[in-house]
Amino acid sequence: MRPFFRNKGRKGEALGLGSASEPAIELVGIDKKFGAVHANKNINLTVAKGTIHGIIGENGAGKSTLMSILYGFYQADQGEIRISGRPVAIRDSQAAIAAGIGMVHQHFMLVEDFTVLENVMLGAEGGQLLAKGTSHARKELKRLESDYGMEVDPDAVVEELPVGTQQRVEILKALYRGAEILILDEPTGVLTPPEADHLFKVLRVLRDQGKTIILITHKLREIMAITDTVSVMRRGEMVATRTTSETTVEELAELMVGRRVLLRVEKGDAAPGNVLLSVRNLTVKDSRGVVMVDNVSFDVRAGEIVGIAGVAGNGQSELLEAIAGIRKPTSGEIWIDGKPAAGIDPRGLRELGLAHIPEDRHHMGLVLKFEEYENAILGYHRDPRYGRGYLLDLDAIREEAEEKIAKYDIRPPNPRLRTANFSGGNQQKIVVAREIERDPKLLLVGQPTRGVDIGAIEFIHKRIIDMRDAGKAVLLVSVELDEVRSLSDRILVMFAGKIVGEKSGDASEQMLGLMMAGIAA
Amino acid sequence: MDYFDILISILGSAIRLSIPLLFTALAGLFSERAGIFDIGLEGKMLASAFAAACVAHLTADPWLGLSAGIAVSILVSLVHGFASITNRGNQIVSGVALNFVAAGLTVVLGQAWFGQGGRTPQVPAQGRFSPIILPGADEIRSVPFIGPLYANVISGNNILTYIAFLMVPLSWWVLYRTRFGLRLRAVGENPGAVDTAGVSVAWLRYRALIVTGFLAGFAGTYLAIAQSAAFISNMSAGKGYIALAALIFAKWKPVPVMFACLLFGFLDAFANFMQGKSVPLIGEVPVQIFQALPYILTCVLLAGFIGTARPPRAGGVPYTKER
Amino acid sequence: MSTASVQLPRWINYGAIPLINLVLAFVCSGLVVWAIGESPWEALQLLVAGALGRGEGIGFTLFYTTSFIFTGLSVAVAIHAGLFNIGSEGQAYLGGLGAALVALSLDRYVPWYVTMPFAIIGAALFGAACAAVPAWLQAKRGSHIVITTIMFNFITSSLMNYVLVHLLIVPGKMAPETRTFLPGGQLPKLDWLIAMFGGKLGAAPLNVSFLIALVMCFLVWVLIWRTKLGYEMRTLGISPSAAAYAGIPYAKIVMITMLISGGLAGMMALNPVMGASGRLQIEFVGGAGFVGIAVSLMGRNHPAGIVLSALLFGILYQGGAELSFDMPSITRDMIVVIQGLVILFAGALEYMLRPAIVRLYQQVAGGR
Repeated sequence: MRPFFRNKGRKGEALGLGSASEPAIELVGIDKKFGAVHANKNINLTVAKGTIHGIIGENGAGKSTLMSILYGFYQADQGEIRISGRPVAIRDSQAAIAAGIGMVHQHFMLVEDFTVLENVMLGAEGGQLLAKGTSHARKELKRLESDYGMEVDPDAVVEELPVGTQQRVEILKALYRGAEILILDEPTGVLTPPEADHLFKVLRVLRDQGKTIILITHKLREIMAITDTVSVMRRGEMVATRTTSETTVEELAELMVGRRVLLRVEKGDAAPGNVLLSVRNLTVKDSRGVVMVDNVSFDVRAGEIVGIAGVAGNGQSELLEAIAGIRKPTSGEIWIDGKPAAGIDPRGLRELGLAHIPEDRHHMGLVLKFEEYENAILGYHRDPRYGRGYLLDLDAIREEAEEKIAKYDIRPPNPRLRTANFSGGNQQKIVVAREIERDPKLLLVGQPTRGVDIGAIEFIHKRIIDMRDAGKAVLLVSVELDEVRSLSDRILVMFAGKIVGEKSGDASEQMLGLMMAGIAA
Repeated sequence: MDYFDILISILGSAIRLSIPLLFTALAGLFSERAGIFDIGLEGKMLASAFAAACVAHLTADPWLGLSAGIAVSILVSLVHGFASITNRGNQIVSGVALNFVAAGLTVVLGQAWFGQGGRTPQVPAQGRFSPIILPGADEIRSVPFIGPLYANVISGNNILTYIAFLMVPLSWWVLYRTRFGLRLRAVGENPGAVDTAGVSVAWLRYRALIVTGFLAGFAGTYLAIAQSAAFISNMSAGKGYIALAALIFAKWKPVPVMFACLLFGFLDAFANFMQGKSVPLIGEVPVQIFQALPYILTCVLLAGFIGTARPPRAGGVPYTKER
Repeated sequence: MSTASVQLPRWINYGAIPLINLVLAFVCSGLVVWAIGESPWEALQLLVAGALGRGEGIGFTLFYTTSFIFTGLSVAVAIHAGLFNIGSEGQAYLGGLGAALVALSLDRYVPWYVTMPFAIIGAALFGAACAAVPAWLQAKRGSHIVITTIMFNFITSSLMNYVLVHLLIVPGKMAPETRTFLPGGQLPKLDWLIAMFGGKLGAAPLNVSFLIALVMCFLVWVLIWRTKLGYEMRTLGISPSAAAYAGIPYAKIVMITMLISGGLAGMMALNPVMGASGRLQIEFVGGAGFVGIAVSLMGRNHPAGIVLSALLFGILYQGGAELSFDMPSITRDMIVVIQGLVILFAGALEYMLRPAIVRLYQQVAGGR
């Protein structure tokens, strides 16, 4: 994929680990609990001025909580924050801004129907009336543009801008407020590789001009590519800090999960059979009429796993939802086991033998306020086995739920517990159990292990391979390239709504990365 | 009476009927643009009408009456804020509740204090806002067309009427030309953007609700001591809801709000005029049609048959910081 | 994670919290009574005595309760599907037209028990018809149902005004109302029910529709928690995206839910129109549709809770009427204040005390 940039020049002196360089920010003994959850445990961190510092960890490791404390969204229960050596109390975002901290959130904090200029000014208008501030902001924006190479039309309405440009507006907002320390929370999740490269270029310019940058991510590759130093968080603790040039991907991965991970899953050779899913010239537009899936065709056969690789936002989600009947295709054909399936609603598709583990279990796969047993029938609730006629047979439903709980080791084993009270991994098992136990012909799987603990990941991966070995067709969508590579027999790469190429399951990361960036085919 | 005279008289009456709508709809504009739905406009109107009538009756000073009306209306608004901002309650439920409290409490207190079945005593003439004759009105009355229009429609209204029309450009200016307005519009679309910009979402929304209370206070005062001379139980008679309809009809923009209120006021005036009159060929047109027309028009607009009405994105959703 | 995600036992969620909110509403009301110079305690005693003291009082109380059960159920059914139906008032009003048309056409020919099923259907159909347009606008055009149902309250009011003044009025009479139905178009009083407890119904209009209301409570319970349709409604109400994933048709469920909700509101009309006055009168609903909002919120949208809170409001309405006789300085509008405060505390401020209660609960439960 991207070359591992070895930062020259400044790097040697920027290594903050106990060296003489001036710390921009120090966290001392930060501790934060949310009820029973200990989100941050006695965190100590020093970031040197003029460096890019990465914070890496799995979902739920406590990275975002820590940064939210730094930005005044939450108050730490204990601990001290020092900026340039001086202790500061950050009670709210205003105090954080005053202390020179700027934040670029994962979900942009932009007013979509405002112009770039209005968004940049918001909160820093320079007086009760807008007129004076506006001309000042316009000039300042021009200056920032030329200083950092971040061109953007100040009068463009934000919702009409591409995602990468929207992110640029977020950075400009922070700089406009005079931020010396810039925090970026998972900044590349929504970016295409060229956009991400451009972002990294901007970040380097910023660092070279003396800004301090904290980059939060769970992508090891980014850490290696851009940071000077890196800290690893695991289960609320800061477990290690390393100089990037002196560590390896393997070491960081191990620190993140706490033990050696097997990135490859044990599986035998595929024995593909009949075509069970056939997609022909499928085009899907989103609610605004933008083409998200562009004339896509492919097949999935019985007994194989086809993975779709791509940077988030390149049409994979829409493709999956269109096949699952949640989104209406604009044109094209879908055939499931030889029967036309385009335009059929999800219930009808389930009857055709489709099962779907959706990408977002919180909003699609589960109703979090329901009790566990109620979720165990979601989508299949009209099935006669759950009650004849109009009525539900609660006894039968609960009995079956208990069976699945035992078989999938869902904890706690209580079908009357509210689903929201299960951990991420157990919630996902509820979905997986429901969809797999129906013995479908075709299984759609979206982000099967997002926010799921390691133990459950292995379990879920194994189930998916079991399905394949039992002669089912599996279509897998994941933004985790490692996951796609380790599970798939064939890999389709999506870029900008199109399938730009097909590779076997053992294709190299480099090759797939270039394809995901739309560079190679 | 020739047709022109009829038109002049209907227009004059339309203006008078649209003023409480205009104040109230502008009031709603500030809270809804800040992301707080306000079904409780009716209640604010009623509460302020009662307060204005009581104080004007006691002091015989309309301006003190107005101040009392505004103060009470702001108080009701703050309760709405306490429920929907501080406690993140359902904004619609809170609005409905406050409408009931206002409708009940005005009568209960009115009866307890004055013993006239919920009415307040007659407010003396010097305690009311009386019509102002603009300079030259009588002189040019005889000039065809322009004369009667000036004398009977533009002149001869009370001071609150002129204030209402001044509030339209003023609201526009506040919304689009001041820092408060920029932030207010932002908080109705994406409170997260405001919060991360270091501005308190809660305090901003409270301020928006104070403006709402302030403007609704004028509406109630107008009903009690400009249009009539006492508080009568439930005298707002659904005007708060028509104002809400006008606000939606105007797509949450200040100048269109004025036209929507004038239209609805005109329909009301026209209905009054048509009462019991028969139209050639059709016969008597039921006034109920005109009464229902503002609501029907709003539904048609909401259905998207005439343009789309997109409410502020964050409207109705209590703000919680994301983790 | 904050206190919001802590699961509390049912008895706290459905018992203690509503009760505390109710007490708060009453304390505020008591303050109002105290402020106008009367004794809140005395007022409460008079109120309870007026509502429950004699057979006739109980009869009136249960008469009001009947109306509130119908409108409370109407609001609750819609809330389960995530729809806030503020239009129960208008739907009940139009339901009255349905009931009256049936009664007017059948009362000469058949006894009441033949008329009744047709009247139930007529009332429900007309109520549902009034909900149908807002439902369609929500389902197909995405128009906010709160706003459209409010609009339809006013539209219905104008329509009924026209119908009564121009079409159904008895020629030569001034009052805009229909003729009085013959016994074949009236629902009989429930003297025997009160007599069973040794009281006398007197002039109280408690009638058969009370029993219909109780049957509807049971049916709504079955619908929400025991049927596939109810499951789909609840899924849609909590998570529209999960409903889409599960193949639950949004437009269809919205339509069906609102038709049921409107139908239940329409049936409310049986009680005053065919049970009490025996004729269709102008503005006969008298705010019962709005009380339904309070009843549903207070009863946590559960039929059992709705019966209890409807009874509470029945007591308030009857007791309030008696109270205003005994304490002339307190008008009947005091009920409207209490009603508003109940909606405020049980609805809009429902989360106000939760964090404190959660902390208290954790202390007590954690200490065990």
